[in-house]
Amino acid sequence: MLEFTVPLAAMLLIAGSASVFAAASEADFKSAYAEAEAANKEAGSLRNQWTTTSAALAAAKKAAESGDFDKAVASSREAEALAKASIFQATSEKEAWKAMEIR
Amino acid sequence: MRPAIHFASAALALAALWLGAVPAAIAADTPDPVADARAFQKFFTDKFPKVKLEDFVNGPYSMNQDMHRQWQDKEQFPPYDFSLEAGKEMFSKPFKNGKSYADCFPNQGIGIRQNYPYFDEKEGKVVTLELALNRCREANGEAPFSYVKDDMAALTAYMAFTSRGKPFDIKIPNDPRALEAYQNGKRYFYTRRGQLNFSCASCHVQNPGERIRAEVLAPAIGILNAMPIYRSEWGGMGTISRRFTTCNSQIRGVPLDPQADEYRDVEYYLSYVSNGLPISGPGARP
Repeated sequence: MLEFTVPLAAMLLIAGSASVFAAASEADFKSAYAEAEAANKEAGSLRNQWTTTSAALAAAKKAAESGDFDKAVASSREAEALAKASIFQATSEKEAWKAMEIR
Repeated sequence: MRPAIHFASAALALAALWLGAVPAAIAADTPDPVADARAFQKFFTDKFPKVKLEDFVNGPYSMNQDMHRQWQDKEQFPPYDFSLEAGKEMFSKPFKNGKSYADCFPNQGIGIRQNYPYFDEKEGKVVTLELALNRCREANGEAPFSYVKDDMAALTAYMAFTSRGKPFDIKIPNDPRALEAYQNGKRYFYTRRGQLNFSCASCHVQNPGERIRAEVLAPAIGILNAMPIYRSEWGGMGTISRRFTTCNSQIRGVPLDPQADEYRDVEYYLSYVSNGLPISGPGARP
């Protein structure tokens, strides 16, 4: 049994590390960018987009145009995280603003 | 039977609690502009007991003695003078159709700055002076000016100058839409936005007089009385629209379009809570 388990584990390890270190493709970028753009659109509907989200989206596009899809995917994910933070901010501020009011 | 009685009394107790709690909750959320303005002005006069109420219109100069002296020197030859002269000339020059700005405004546009913004009951929205000026241009066949550039600043500088010393007199008509616009403006003023998570109040209520990098922050009270302003940092004049959009981008928020409903409403709120303070525009700021 052991003689099958060890090569299988090694194969899985190799397969796993291959997927971790594989270069991102154009399709990966397109999917990550679309998700970031959708989140930023939602922030826009809440009238609360951040300039840093737009900058990360622009950086993603620029990296993709130069063929650096690793960087393009990383920037897209950063843009998505920023857009989601701006959505969280707009949502929580719907009530939280009252705490700051002069009464 | 007994459980039914318990249930009924519990329901009654809950209902009583609900009836007691709901009006209180509504009262807390019902806008009361008169009380707001009183509390707003008291906040600043308590925070800065040495500053006279009417001096808050001088922004950072009311907060810092050295700056106040520099400003008095600067007012001998104020940097907004060119804009003021240009605005006076533009204001009196007729449009191509022979009419002029004077035809669009009460009292021919002289000494009326303190009444803007106002709530237009026909439109159901707040109308600012900048908006009214562009509407005047368009109604007379002229292209509108950019809300953030020199021509608009020059025109509003001249109109503010003719109102210097007149106290802000913003009205909230008995119209639920006006109260809603006021409340929306108040919400906008206190809402945190941008990646830096700042609201207008973070700087201009919580930290006036403090430095943010090299700048001394102005108090929110009277902040619009001095508009438009010549800002040394900008190397030129700036309108209220320019001030709002720049504030947004400085805190890493994407600015809205100039004269978006939110900006019109926040101008309405901020002007209302400064009622009674004199118009001092055009102003000069570092």
